Amino acid sequence: MKSVRKILAGLAYYLFIALMTAFFALPLLWLALTPFNPAATLAVEIPTRPTLDNFRAVFGNDFAVRALVQNNLILAIGTMLGTTFVAALAAYALSRAKIPGRDYLTYVLILFSSVVTGTAAMVPIFLIIYYLGLIDTYLGVILVFIGGLLPAAIFIMRDFVDGIPHSYEESALVAGATPRRVFLDVVLPLLRPGMMVVAIWAFVHAWGAFLIPFIVLRNPDRMPASIAIYSFYTEAGTPNVTLVSAYSLLYALPVVVLYLIVNWRYGFRFFGGIKR
Amino acid sequence: MARIILEDVSKHFGSVVAVDRINLTVEDGEFFALLGPSGCGKTTTLRMIAGLEKPAGGAIRIGDRDVTELPPRERDVAMVFQDYALYPHMTMLDNIGYPLKVRGVPKAELLARVTQVARSLGIDHLLERRPAQLSGGQQQRAAVARAIVHHAQAFLFDEPLSNLDAKLRVEARGFLKYLQHEVGVTTVYVTHDQAEAMALADHIAIMDQGKVIQVGTPLEVYRRPQTVFVASFLGNPPMNLLPCRLDLANRQVRVNAAGLRLDSVPHWEHLATRVHDGEELILGIRPEHLTLHASETPQAFPGELYVTQPLGAESLVILQVGDKTVSVRLFTDEPPRLARRVWIQPDPNRIFFYRSSGELIA
Repeated sequence: MKSVRKILAGLAYYLFIALMTAFFALPLLWLALTPFNPAATLAVEIPTRPTLDNFRAVFGNDFAVRALVQNNLILAIGTMLGTTFVAALAAYALSRAKIPGRDYLTYVLILFSSVVTGTAAMVPIFLIIYYLGLIDTYLGVILVFIGGLLPAAIFIMRDFVDGIPHSYEESALVAGATPRRVFLDVVLPLLRPGMMVVAIWAFVHAWGAFLIPFIVLRNPDRMPASIAIYSFYTEAGTPNVTLVSAYSLLYALPVVVLYLIVNWRYGFRFFGGIKR
Repeated sequence: MARIILEDVSKHFGSVVAVDRINLTVEDGEFFALLGPSGCGKTTTLRMIAGLEKPAGGAIRIGDRDVTELPPRERDVAMVFQDYALYPHMTMLDNIGYPLKVRGVPKAELLARVTQVARSLGIDHLLERRPAQLSGGQQQRAAVARAIVHHAQAFLFDEPLSNLDAKLRVEARGFLKYLQHEVGVTTVYVTHDQAEAMALADHIAIMDQGKVIQVGTPLEVYRRPQTVFVASFLGNPPMNLLPCRLDLANRQVRVNAAGLRLDSVPHWEHLATRVHDGEELILGIRPEHLTLHASETPQAFPGELYVTQPLGAESLVILQVGDKTVSVRLFTDEPPRLARRVWIQPDPNRIFFYRSSGELIA
C-alpha cells in the first residue's frame, strides 16, 4: 500500500517536471524550427521541406537588416563600454574611499536605478534628452541606457573590487606608481572578471531594450531590431509568423553566442581577485 | 642609503590609539627590527614610514628629507608585504621590473637589471612564470627581488617570512640577513617572532600597545629586559617570573611561591634604596640560569617535576613551583633522570627584580 503511494507520488513529481520543462522548452523549440518552415503557424512542427527562403526574405528587408547589424550593435556596444568603464571607476572609488555612509549611498543608488528606467521617468527622460539636443541620436539612447544600468552595475562591480586585497595597490604605490597608474596597471586587470560580468549584462540589456529607443529615436534608419521587428507585421497588425521567427532567431543569436563564449572562457565563475 | 628618524609619531584609528608618540632612530645601513605582539602598532609604524598611513602627529625623516607629508611614491622606499602582493596577472619579469617600469627605465636596461637581480636570488629561470606557478619560497624571493631592483633608500619588511613553513623560514632568514649585509641598505623589519628579530637585527625595538618599550641590540634586550613585558616576550621559553618580597632587616629576598629565602643578592644596596620593606616585586630569571639538584641545596627551592623535553643539543625541564611554572634549560643532549622532587638553584648574578608595575629595578 505504502509503496504504491510512493510510486504514485514519484510519478506525479516527474509528470510535473515534464510539464514545466515542456512549458519552457516549447517556445525555444518553436524558435529553432519555425524559421525553416515555408508556411509556419504558431504550432511547433518539424518542417517537412526545410528551407532558407525565410532568411532570404528577411535579408531582403533593408530596414530590418540595418536595425540588427548596425543600430543594435552601436547601441549595445556603446552601452556596454560606457557602463563597464564608468562602473569600474565608480565601484573602485566606492570601495576604497573613506566616505561616511558609503554603504547607504550604494543602496540608495540601487533604489533609484529602478526609477530612472521605469515608466514613471519616461517624460522627464524625454525632456532631458530633448533639451540636450540628443533626440534621434544614438548617443541619447546610450546615455539613458548607461544611466539606468550604472547603479546595479556599480553594485555588482563593488563586490569584485572589495575582493581585491589592498596590498596589491599599496605595493604599486610604494613602488612609485601614481594613483592613476595603480588603477590602470593593477586594479583594472584584476577586475577583469567583474568587468566581463557587467559588460555582458549591459550588452544583453541594451540589445533587447524597446521602450527607450522607441521614445528617443525618430528616424526609422536608427531604430534597433526590437522596433524593426514590426516591419514584418502587415498594415493591419498581424505578424508574418515565418519572417518574425526567422528575424527573431537572428536577433537572439548574438546573445546566445556571447553567453557561450564567456562560459567557455571564464566559466561564469563569479570570482574576485583573491589569491591564496 | 639613509637614516630614518621618527619623532613623536602617533596614529589613531577612531578612538583607538594605534601608535602613541613614538621616537625611533634607524641608523644608515642597519637592520632594525620592530618586534611585538599583534596589535602593538608595529605594522602601522612601518606603514607610516612607507606613506601608506598618515600620522596623526609627529614627523618622519628619511635621509635629510622630511617625508611626513609626501605620498609613498616620493619617499623612495621599497616594501615587501606579508602576502608578497605579487601581481597575479603579470609574469615575474613584469612583477620584479614594475618599480623600474613606473620610473620610466628603458626596456633594455629594465631587462638587464631584473635579470641580474633575479640571478643573484636564484630565480632567473622563473621570469616567464606567473606568481601562481611559483612555490611559497620562490614567491618570497621574487617579492624581495622587486624590492631591491630599484636601489631604494630603505627597505621595509612586513612579516615577510610568516607565510613560509618552518624549514624555509630559517633558510630565508639567513638569506635575508646575508642580502641586507651585501646591499647595505637601511632596513626596517616588522615581526612578531622574537627569534627572527634576534637572529636578523642590529637593533630591536620592542613595542606594546602603541609604545616603544625598549630599544637595543639583540643581546642588550635579551640580557637586560627593561620591563616584565620584554622579559616575557623575548626568549623561548621566556624568562621565569616569580612574585617575591624584600625583607630589608634580614637582607633577604623571599620568593612567595617557592618558600625560598635568598641571602646573597648582588646590587643589594642599589635594590634596598629603591624598595620599601615588604614591597611586592617580581623576580625574573632566565631558564638557562637555573641549575637542578637531586637533594636539598642551600639557596635553592623545591619544585615538582612536570615534564622534560629533549631538544637535541639541549634539554628543557618544566617544573611546578607552588601555582607557578618554572622552566629550566640544561645544556645537555640527554635530559637527566630526575626524581619527582628536585631543588632549583638560581644563579644570583643573573636575577632581575621588577616592580609589580613592570619596570626593572635591578
